[in-house]
Amino acid sequence: MADDVKALSTQLAQDPDSLVFLRLGELLRQRRQLDAAHRVALTGLERHPHLADAHDLYARILADKRDYERAFDEWDMARRIAPDHVGALKGLAFLYFKVGDVQQAAVHLEAAQRVAPDDPGIAQALALARGGSGQAAAAEQALAPSPPPVAASAPEPLEEKQVFAGLEGAHEGLLLLDASGRVLGGALKDPGGARDVTDAVAAYLAGVSQEAARTAKLLTLGGWTALAAEGKQGHVHLTALAGDVLLLVVRDRSVPMGRLAVIAQRAAGAARRWLEQQR
Amino acid sequence: MSAAPAGYGQALDLVTRVRGVRGAMLVSADDGIVVAEQLMEGIKGAAVAALAGSVASRLGRALEAAGLGAGVFWHLQAEQGALLVVGAPSGILVVAVAEPDVNVGLVRLELLRAAEVVA
Repeated sequence: MADDVKALSTQLAQDPDSLVFLRLGELLRQRRQLDAAHRVALTGLERHPHLADAHDLYARILADKRDYERAFDEWDMARRIAPDHVGALKGLAFLYFKVGDVQQAAVHLEAAQRVAPDDPGIAQALALARGGSGQAAAAEQALAPSPPPVAASAPEPLEEKQVFAGLEGAHEGLLLLDASGRVLGGALKDPGGARDVTDAVAAYLAGVSQEAARTAKLLTLGGWTALAAEGKQGHVHLTALAGDVLLLVVRDRSVPMGRLAVIAQRAAGAARRWLEQQR
Repeated sequence: MSAAPAGYGQALDLVTRVRGVRGAMLVSADDGIVVAEQLMEGIKGAAVAALAGSVASRLGRALEAAGLGAGVFWHLQAEQGALLVVGAPSGILVVAVAEPDVNVGLVRLELLRAAEVVA
């Protein structure tokens, strides 16, 4: 296999514009040489930015590196370029399983199955998805870009510090709190990064959620699900989770509100799974 | 519908003409009192204004505490609808009550334009 890597590397060096980077990147990924695979995929993407397979390869490498945020973006891009790209659809389904959104995962799997009806992996994952959220972990494994390392295969209880593991800004822009303003997980710093503002923000937000609930009730809008706010230096997205638990996501203004909602949705899935394990 | 200065009516028209908006109000941010309104029947304007003012005030404090500056726009999403708010420099909140599938981006733009009108 080392010879294959060498041969493909030579071939790529001779013709940097060739698509051999796709095979080389995938081979390196399978050998768990993720940094090398990352470099190959990125260089390939620079030369072929409109190639869906290049985004798919890069996404798989990012997923292996547990950078799920950017993996989502890359698979999303691959799907925009090629709406029927099976790899992208499977990848997105994998990420939706990962955050506990079985419904969205099933939607993407159904789309993938329409394109590749004979793919046994899709059929298996779809059957598990239809079996309910209890099967989600097995479905996630069926779709994983590469088999998980042996040491990681045994289920382990999540620790509090791992609530948002793998999510962008897990340590500085995500906060889980109860309706009384008590922090359950995550942390917030001011935009300069010097000051911890976790407790102050949590205290104010507890009051916000109560008023939001009253307003929605008064307007007969049903239960409130989220509150997004745009500030002059940044945005926040507050999601109402089960049992009066709130999830706050904070980002600077470079992150558009729509993208913030996507980040919040993924973080909410992770938080719900963590909460279920605590109960 | 309450009587209001022509500029206020123009501001509310900008918002209510967006498809999916069930009504719009101008609310004093300081005390949560209705300044002008164009609401569909059945919506309790005074109560909504008071609560919108309260949410805006608390949210503003949370944003300031987080170091994110003053609030520009906020969007309360609920199962069967939404409340969208922009604060004008004059201390007036422009509030829209909308259907759940409303074009949020468009409502935001019209709220910002309405806020300029009442500034």
